[in-house]
Order: sequence, then structure tokens, then C-alpha cells
Amino acid sequence: MIINHPLLGPRDAQEFSYLGDARLIERPDPAAPDAAQQFFDYLYLRENPAGSHRELWYHEQGDRSWLVVTRNTLTHEITEVELARNVALARGGRN
Amino acid sequence: MNQTNRLQGGLVDRTKPLNFTFDGKALRGYAGDTLASALLANGVRLMGRSFKYHRPRGPLTAGSEEPNALVELRSGGQREPNTRATTAELFDGLEAQSQNRWPSLKRDALAINDVMSNFLAAGFYYKTFMWPKAFWEKLYEPVIRNAAGLGRLSMQPDPDSYDKGFLHCDLLVIGAGPAGLAAALTAARAGAQVVLADEDYVLGGRLIAERMELNDAPAGEWLAATLAELQAMPNLRLMPRSTVVGAFDHGIYGIVERVSDHLSVPVEGKPRQILWRTYARRAVLCTGAIERPIAFERNDRPGIMLAGALRAYANRWGVAVHRRAAIFTNNDDGHRSAADLAAKGVGVCAVIDTRADAPRSELYEVIAGAEVIDTHGRLGLENISVRLANGRTRRIDCGALGVSGGWNPNVSLLCHQNGRPAWNGDIAAFGPGEKIPPGLRVAGAALGQFSTAAALVSGAEAAQVALADLGTAAHLPELPRAEDAPVRIAPHWYVRHGKGRAWLDQQNDVTVKDVKLAHREGFRSVELLKRYTTLGMATDQGKTANMGALAIMAELAGKTIPETGTTVFRPPYTPVAMGVLAGRARGKAFRPTRLTPSHAWAEQNGAVFVETGNWLRAQWFARQSETHWRQSVDREVLAVRASVGVCDVTTLGKIDVQGTDAAEFLNRVYCNGFAKLAVGRTRYGLMLREDGIAKDDGTAARLAQDHFVVTTTTANAVSVFRHMEFARQCLWPELDVQLISTTEAWAQYAVAGPNARNLLRKIVDPVFDISNEGFPFMACGRVTVCGGLRARLFRISFSGELAYEIAVPTRYGDALMRELMQAGEEYGVTPYGTEALGVLRIEKGHAAGNELNGQTTAAMLGMGRLVSTVKDSIGAVLSRREGLSDEDGLRLVGLQPVSAADRIVSGAHLINLDSETSAKCDQGWVSSAAHSPHLGCSIALAFLRGGASRIGEIIRVVSPLEGTDFDARIVSPHFIDPEGGRLRA
Repeated sequence: MIINHPLLGPRDAQEFSYLGDARLIERPDPAAPDAAQQFFDYLYLRENPAGSHRELWYHEQGDRSWLVVTRNTLTHEITEVELARNVALARGGRN
Repeated sequence: MNQTNRLQGGLVDRTKPLNFTFDGKALRGYAGDTLASALLANGVRLMGRSFKYHRPRGPLTAGSEEPNALVELRSGGQREPNTRATTAELFDGLEAQSQNRWPSLKRDALAINDVMSNFLAAGFYYKTFMWPKAFWEKLYEPVIRNAAGLGRLSMQPDPDSYDKGFLHCDLLVIGAGPAGLAAALTAARAGAQVVLADEDYVLGGRLIAERMELNDAPAGEWLAATLAELQAMPNLRLMPRSTVVGAFDHGIYGIVERVSDHLSVPVEGKPRQILWRTYARRAVLCTGAIERPIAFERNDRPGIMLAGALRAYANRWGVAVHRRAAIFTNNDDGHRSAADLAAKGVGVCAVIDTRADAPRSELYEVIAGAEVIDTHGRLGLENISVRLANGRTRRIDCGALGVSGGWNPNVSLLCHQNGRPAWNGDIAAFGPGEKIPPGLRVAGAALGQFSTAAALVSGAEAAQVALADLGTAAHLPELPRAEDAPVRIAPHWYVRHGKGRAWLDQQNDVTVKDVKLAHREGFRSVELLKRYTTLGMATDQGKTANMGALAIMAELAGKTIPETGTTVFRPPYTPVAMGVLAGRARGKAFRPTRLTPSHAWAEQNGAVFVETGNWLRAQWFARQSETHWRQSVDREVLAVRASVGVCDVTTLGKIDVQGTDAAEFLNRVYCNGFAKLAVGRTRYGLMLREDGIAKDDGTAARLAQDHFVVTTTTANAVSVFRHMEFARQCLWPELDVQLISTTEAWAQYAVAGPNARNLLRKIVDPVFDISNEGFPFMACGRVTVCGGLRARLFRISFSGELAYEIAVPTRYGDALMRELMQAGEEYGVTPYGTEALGVLRIEKGHAAGNELNGQTTAAMLGMGRLVSTVKDSIGAVLSRREGLSDEDGLRLVGLQPVSAADRIVSGAHLINLDSETSAKCDQGWVSSAAHSPHLGCSIALAFLRGGASRIGEIIRVVSPLEGTDFDARIVSPHFIDPEGGRLRA
């Protein structure tokens, strides 16, 4: 596969490490009354869609950017690639 | 026998005779021959024995789709089994052996299987070897395995080298037949970067196997002119002997180039093969079509082959498979084969055409509305029985029979991304389906455009459209006038006659009867049929077999062929040697070996190295008088405790953390607090995973308000850095903090022992106060050493002794090590390795990789109180979960055997004195064990249920692996200096 890195352009997927569901960006509030349950869900429950999936890739053999890649798990078509940092910032200090 | 079946003409060079052997017999062919064409020229039709029944077999084809003629080439470490004689390019001195026969190809003992074939039908193994169950492993499987398989591995290392390469192009053209050449010409003339790859060693595809005219001249003239033009273009790369083996995601194609397979030894400096990872913006598939047979009884005798192969041997190689040939066909192309053979002077005794309205010829007899129903001849074809239109049978003498059931577009690569071929009624075959790899277009016979004229046009147009996609305008080249014969075919899959076996898949010995049996037993889906009968498996993936079986399945089910479906092809297109997938990454080169800056010094001083991650670390330094590693390790440990030792700790991960929020960031990634750590101080840090399990530990030294240096364990250096980058970018992007790995930037040495400070005073420049008051335990700072060299000094201790770690820029590591040794001579300074390091930390009760094994929590490690409850950090919430924080859970303790003679091994389990030895009575396990030279006995660290409150108890240490079971005393994990007085001295 080829991942179109927002800063570096198209790069071979071999340069990346894969982590999984981009929901891992959404770390729950540790001060919430049900924090333990929220963390449990955050850590262990994942959607496994047949289709569009937002997932985290790390450019380990490159510039060390974490990316959010939107990939169709059936066709491997990649429709969007974002810097994970920008995605996290857009959530706006919810941590 | 000297090439008795060689005809005139062909693309072989008669001025270059080549000697080769087959099963030890010396033979001769010409440059340009394949092994198969050279054997056929010498009258050899029998080339192998079939997989299951050991039937005598000869080649069915003249290409890579060959199911039968599999041989072993070469000898010694270069021996390669299961190589297709039909594609193996002949070279002088080639040694070839037949396979799957004993004692010889002509007399094969296991041919008895053929007589027993009634018992060996599809599913035979599944049905027969079910009972008694115990017999499978001990009796059945070894016997079957011994008889199974075709070629033999050499069991020696491959002496040749393989390589990997990367190609980028605008257009990849797969196949250099008429369509491919037209596509390449169109794109290359438009200035695009083009790669033209073909599996053959002569480019031209069917053009070189046919007797046809282009522009009213022999096709070879246009071909030569076109290849010359392409060759001269700097933007086009011609790749013969290069098979596109897979079409992968996003326009990535795997190409295996056989650089040296056609040479007896590779040219100096050249690899045997190269795997090209090819990035193509667009691609055109011009892989042509593969002829398919018609099944009839005993249709597997050597001499019976595809009609197009028969004519390819005659046209391209100037070889008559036999001087008397017949053709069995259901379509007009079979007649082309007959005409070509006749033109070459081969006696065509008859063309048996299943169609009543078969075309007539003056060159040969056409028997219309007839079928071949049987064949005869022990090790090769002698004659055939033909059922005439009037029902009578006629016997015809012939040594070669060409069979044509039509042509299947070669769509293998189109299936590599989940595509399925679609039925094309016009040609009675499967062609490209709707779903094909993005960026790929199909042209020529692969698209079902079977005439040469149509193939040329469709190739050129496909390239034009592909380039238009890329924004390049390409003009269609002037294409040569070529034959434009329509496809005329009456589908005919198998001959209904008698009870004999009619072969569908010759490689796997699958017959029409096996398909019927599978249907009867309920294996009716195409995928089940394949798995039950093994149809379409192995080296040829059923390229000549699948279609016939599918048609019979459809007939039995009363469905149409498209309703019945089709199996798909998977990569690789043809078999790929493991060596070329590995490339240069073999043996030591499989992954990099990392050496620390003082590696050479360690080597000179007797170091025995151990691999940790990719690093080589000194395990111990053996002295000449020492005959056992324990002597070296004990000496090193005692030297550290008594005076001073030096250990290379360069391999520890080092991460530079900078920014105004650096402290806050560390506060969140470590479970213990870092916000209030003073500048010039170091702190132990424990990192948890978000699930509350310990991830890694190390130290963080605050060199400035906004600057920390963090260490990780050697093994986790990469994953901790990745984890910290994740936290920085994905969890807390608002923090002002930057990370960089400096593991390679600094050489670092632990200097440990009561004389550590005395030694360092001779190294660290005197302006720096390193007295106990000026540089106390856990201090850190920038210093200079040896008269001005910048360095970092940390007063941290893994050994439990007064200790420092000193870091200098990498290039000074070797020099610093030598300086330390020289300066420390008066204290008897001793270099120590990872074994002594391990003993020292076990004596001190420090956790390491064995304790941080991905199953343990801070509480288990005795550091439960380290996890701050007043701040958030990764893992804090879930570390407080029920089950991870039980008071009576596993806790780290020390163990000392009651009898000093007993030796504790790690991995041993702990059992109460009055309990039985069983898993349910398990009380914990030993994580680390060592001989403590300081205490003079074996000691260990262990995780014990409720361990914190059981100090002083006696428990059994049981190791079923070692066969030991003895008593040990539960003690504090700190065997040495539990108050830490030595650290602070």
C-alpha cells in the first residue's frame, strides 16, 4: 500500500507501523465518575468494520508522525490521511 | 540419437550447440532451446511421473502453465526441484533429472499406485486413514509423506545471491506479445516512463510461436524493428525473463527477474534473481491467453499436448514432437496448428474436429463430428482411437496429438485483489470481470481480443487511455496489417465414453471421475471441489485444468458455467524461489548487528558477546586462567562490590525530552511524579501501559528546567519512543514538548563500586565537584572529562553500589573506556558484562526484563505506592482495577535455598510445603535466579501470592523441567544493603 503522507507525499506502507482504531486518540477523562468503565471501553472495545476505517499509522522509518489514515478495509482504498496531532488538537483539550 | 526430431527454421542458433544431460544421459540442443524443446528434439517425450499415480508424463504445454514436465535442475546446493522444463532455458552443461520415480523414469516402482487407482480416488486419504486414530501419526503419515511430493530439496545452503530492487514508472506493460508491444510503443513514444516485462527470454509473445505475417512480411521483421526502437528509447525499460508475479495494492507489482537462471554460474557480481518492487502509476495487462485441453480417456500419454504447444515447438524451436501428428479440436485454431505443422513438413495424419461443420483442408484429412475416445502406447503415444460421426471407431497411428478445447484469457493477475473473472460467451471462456485492480487495464487476448489485429489495436488504445488518465496525450502508432480471424468454437469439455480415466488436472491426477465423485458426495461449490480433489493446486494453479472441471461441475448441477462460478488465482503467478523473497536478508544479514563504540576494546579484552535486540553486548570478560563462565562472572561481581567495575550501558535507550511542558509530559507518561523534580536531579520512573500493566522502567534526569534525558531498557528502546510519540502527538498535542532519540548519540558507561568516585575524580575535570555533598545520590549534570570533552554524569546505581553513569559523544566512547581502564588500574578496575550486571541487580532486588514481562503491575513489583493518586498518568486508572490491586496478589520476594547446595532456576514454581504438586496449588514463580558470589549461594527473585506478608516462611521451589523440588526461605528481595547505605556513600 501507499500512504499519502500530508507532509512527505506518497510513502510505502512498509515505512509505517500500524496501531489500530483512531479512537485511541479519544482518551477518556480520568476524573469522570465512571472513569474505570470509560477506560475499559476505550482500551478493549473496537469496531471492526468491513468498509471505511479510521486508523493510526506511525511513520517509524520516516519523520515519526502519527497519522490518521481512513482506509477501506475491503478494498484498501485510502480516502484521507491526516496528521494525528491535528486530529487530536481539533478535539480541543477534552483531556 | 541426435536431434532426430529437429526441423528446419525456428529461433534456435544452430551455430551454438549446447551439451546437457537428462537423468545422466548426454544430449545436445541449441542456444534458444528450452530443456523441453531440446528433449523433444532428441525424441524424448517422457519427462516425468505424475504426483499420485506415477503415470508416465511428457509436457502438455510450451510455457509456464506446464503441469507435467517438472524436473530437478543442477546439482549440489544449486539443485532446484519442480522446475518446468518448458521454461528452463538451456545452457551448456545443464544437468537435469526427472522426479518422483524410483528406480528410474521408465521403470517406476510406485507405478503400482496406478493399478490401484480405484482405491485412490478423490478424498482417499480422508476416508481411509481415519482409524485407528493412533495410527495416523506413527504409521500413516510417515508412509504417505515418504511417498508424496515431487522434487527433492538439496538440504544445502543456496550458494547464489539474490537481490531486491525498486522500480517506478508511469506505465507497466505486462507481457510483450502484440498487445504489449503496441501498448509500450504508444506510451514510450509519448515520452512516458515505461517498463515492459515478459516472463519469456525472447520477447514477442505468440508472434514468435506463430507462422504469421505482419504488413505482408514474416512477423519477425516487424517484431525486430519494434524491439530495436523500444530498446533505443531511454524512457523504456525492456525486461525479458521477468515475471510479474503479483498485483498488489495501490499500483505495486512484484516482478521476479531471472538474471542468471540461464547461465551455469551467475556473472561475477550479478545475482541469480532480483525481486523488483515496482510502483506503477498505471499498468496494462497483456498476458495473452492459455489454451485448454479436452478431456478424454487416457489423454495423458507423453506425446499428447495442447495443439498450440505443438505448433510452438515446430515454429519457434524447429522441433517435431513426433513425425506423425494428429489434432483434436473443437475450434478453428486447432486447424491453424495443423496447417503450421504441415508447413513444417510434419506428417499431419488427421484433424479430428468435434464439429460436424468443421472447415475442410487440402493439406490434411479432416474428420468432422468425431472425437478421440482412447489412446495407446506404453511410455508414449503410439495410436489413438477415434469415434467417427457414424459411430464407428477408427484407429490412427500417431506419436503426437495436439488437443485444442479453445483458449482462456490469462486473467490470473486480475484476481489478486479479490476480483473474479466473468464469463464471455463469444469466446466460451472467462475473461476480465468488473472488479479489477485499480489503475490496471486489460488488452489483447487477455481481454478476449484473440486476433492479432485486434490485439494490436487494443494494446495501443489501452496505453493511450492510461496515459490520458495521467494527463499525457499519446497518439496511436501506425500498426501493421495482421490476421483478423474470428473465433469459431463449439464448446466441448470432455468426451463421454467408457469407464477409463480422463484427466483434467494432470499435475494433481484429477480425473473427470473424481469431479463426478465430488459432486455425488456433496462437494459442489467450486471452492470445495478444489479442496476435495486438489484440482488446480500446486505449481501450475490449474491454469490448463480448472475450466474443464468447472464445466463438468456445471453440467452435473444442471447450471450454466457462470452460475457455477470460478475459482480465483492468487499470487504468485508462477512459483517463486524463497531465496529471492529473502534477497540479501539471509543469515547474519537478516537484520543489522549493532556494535557499541567500545566493541573493539571489549573484543581485545576477552569479551564473550550476547545478542540483545540487535546489539552485541559483552556477556563477560574471560581471563586466560578461567575455564568456566561462572569464574569470570563471580570475579566481576566481587570486584564491583569490593572496589570498582565498568560496564558498557550504551545500548540503553536514551530519549531527549525538551520543552516548557517537558516535566508535565513526563508526569503523564510515568506513573510516579516528575513535576517537582529539581534541576540537577535524577529519578527512577516506572511507565505503565494504559491497561495498568508495567511497560518499562528507567531514569529521567533533569538537566535544565525544560530539558530531561530519559533512559529506557535496551529491549524496549524503540517501543517506548513510539509510545511517547503517541502520547505527545495523539493524547496531549497541546503540550509544548519535543522528543528525539539519542541512543546512538551517546556512549555511556556505568562505573560502580566503592572506588567509583575515586576513579571518576581522575576522569572528570577538577572544576566539577563530584564529592558526596556536591554530587549526591541521584544527582545529574553536564561535566567535562579528560581535559574538556563534554560529558554527562548521572549518580545512579543498578548494582546497589556507589555508582555513576557517564556519557560522552559516541565517537569518544572507545577512548573513554580505555581512559577509565588506565586510570582505574590502581583500584584494580574490572570491566563487567551483562551476566555480572544481572547478578548485581538480583542481589540488589532491582526489577529487569524478567520482572517487567508484560504480566506484572506496579503493585506486584513492590512499587504500588509509586503510582501517584494525585495526578493522571497513563495506566493509572486501570491499575486500580479489581484484580490488579488485590492485597493478597502476587508480590516480588527474594528466595534463598534452605540447603546451600540447591540451585534455583528461573521458571520454577512455588508450592506450599503441605500442598500437592499441581497447577491449582501454584503459589507463584521464579522470575530471575543467579548464584550470588557475595552470599555464596543461589538466590532468586520470585512473584509469590501474598508475598509481602510471608517473609521468613519456607516454601517449595519446584521445577518439573529440571526435576527438582527443594525448600527455600522467603526473604526480602534486597539481598544486599537494604537500607541503601552503599548508594549514598
